[in-house]
Amino acid sequence: MSGDVSERIIKIIAEQAVLETSDVSPKKTLEDLGIDSLGLVEAIFAIEEEFDIQVPFNANEPDKSDFDISSVAAIVAAVEKLVAEQY
Amino acid sequence: MRRVVITGQGTINALGHDVPTTLVAMREGKCGIGPLDLRDVDRLSVKIGAQVTGYVPEALFNRQQIALYDRFTQFTLIAAHQALDHSGLVFGGEAATRAGVVLGTAGGGVNTWDENYRTVYEEGKNRVHPFVVPKLMNNAAASHVSMEWNLKGPSFSVATACASSNHAMGLAFQLIRGGACDVMVTGGSEAMLSFGGVKAWEGLRVMSKDACRPFSANRNGMVQGEGAAVFVFEEYDHAKRRGAEILAEVVGFAMTSDAADIVMPSKQGAGRAISGALKDARLNPEDICYINAHGTGTAVNDKVECAAVADVFGHHADDLMVSSTKSMHGHLIGGTGAVELLACIMALRDGVIAPTIGYEEPDPECALDVVPNEAREAKVDAVLSNAFAFGGLNAVLALKAAP
Repeated sequence: MSGDVSERIIKIIAEQAVLETSDVSPKKTLEDLGIDSLGLVEAIFAIEEEFDIQVPFNANEPDKSDFDISSVAAIVAAVEKLVAEQY
Repeated sequence: MRRVVITGQGTINALGHDVPTTLVAMREGKCGIGPLDLRDVDRLSVKIGAQVTGYVPEALFNRQQIALYDRFTQFTLIAAHQALDHSGLVFGGEAATRAGVVLGTAGGGVNTWDENYRTVYEEGKNRVHPFVVPKLMNNAAASHVSMEWNLKGPSFSVATACASSNHAMGLAFQLIRGGACDVMVTGGSEAMLSFGGVKAWEGLRVMSKDACRPFSANRNGMVQGEGAAVFVFEEYDHAKRRGAEILAEVVGFAMTSDAADIVMPSKQGAGRAISGALKDARLNPEDICYINAHGTGTAVNDKVECAAVADVFGHHADDLMVSSTKSMHGHLIGGTGAVELLACIMALRDGVIAPTIGYEEPDPECALDVVPNEAREAKVDAVLSNAFAFGGLNAVLALKAAP
């Protein structure tokens, strides 16, 4: 499951960043990948659609959100948690 | 040079169905934001807004009118009625051709779009009411005002998102100053609080789920409002000759474009609009006592706006009062600058500065006197009203007390 979630998220982020999936390594931040605030909101939307989940994220207080976006790995972990909570 | 004064005002918004009620609410720091009452609200994640409550369209408009008037047009006509009654103007003969109407709205007939999409997509019907197009078009409100009051001069609508009303009022000012007409009915309206309207905004993740707290460190987004405000702008000698009561003088206007980003504001673009309005008004920064801020309550807008004000005003920024009345009436999007002009006129006429309510924690990045939580008395000679739209389109008006 974990590998699958990670692969699907990397695909979404790569598409957003206009990069190859091989360039989206877990340690990278969205900033490293050139994803700005608008790109982030779009990526979160794509993640919600892909996994049929609600991501708690307010662009006004990204740090206060329960949804950790500090790196690709953090996003994968946060999505895994949300997916797990749903089942 | 021809001068432009304001000789009538009207409104309906979450704080009141007329100007006196709205101004009392602003003085008292009353909050018009509450739980949204609209169809399918349970499917929204943002469930608050500054709705016009206690409003029954059927009490004011007949069946034929309601078939043609979207909610944003209804709000416009209510506010225009008050403004024109207030001004005492009637338009016939030559005077009619020297008068027009320019109104701001971002979305136009959003409720009409919403209701009729439901009809064809959700209910699967293949037929909609014949008046859908004339009801939803952005210029419907301006056109109905022109018809109702026989205004035969320049008339159109302006859609620049959150700056629509300020752009509309600025153009009205320029049309009179430039000699194209003597009277302009101007302002703006928005009625976007429908399921589809709020759902669209949710997507951007800039809306607060609990409150609008502009400039406060714990602010977490904007809250949508609805309603309209309409003013009568009139050439000064024209107003003086007929002994009209003058509410304030419009002295300057500037508009700029950031040419940078579709949603992120720019300090430079905002700053150029502010200093441009001062220059157009032939005012020095020190002449300004109060700024009605754009102050949406989003993290980014408030920070950038304060930085722009600090840049333009230098040391004087510390002596200025800068409040955001969106904390009370919500963000009326294309109608917001018009409702906010009421606060500017109140400052000039009554010496009352409307507060920024919901203010809880100082933010070092918004270190201006934001008139927190309580209205203040102050003698004010000149004010600015800021509007900075998505798309990087900025419009700032400068007003002075009645001559």
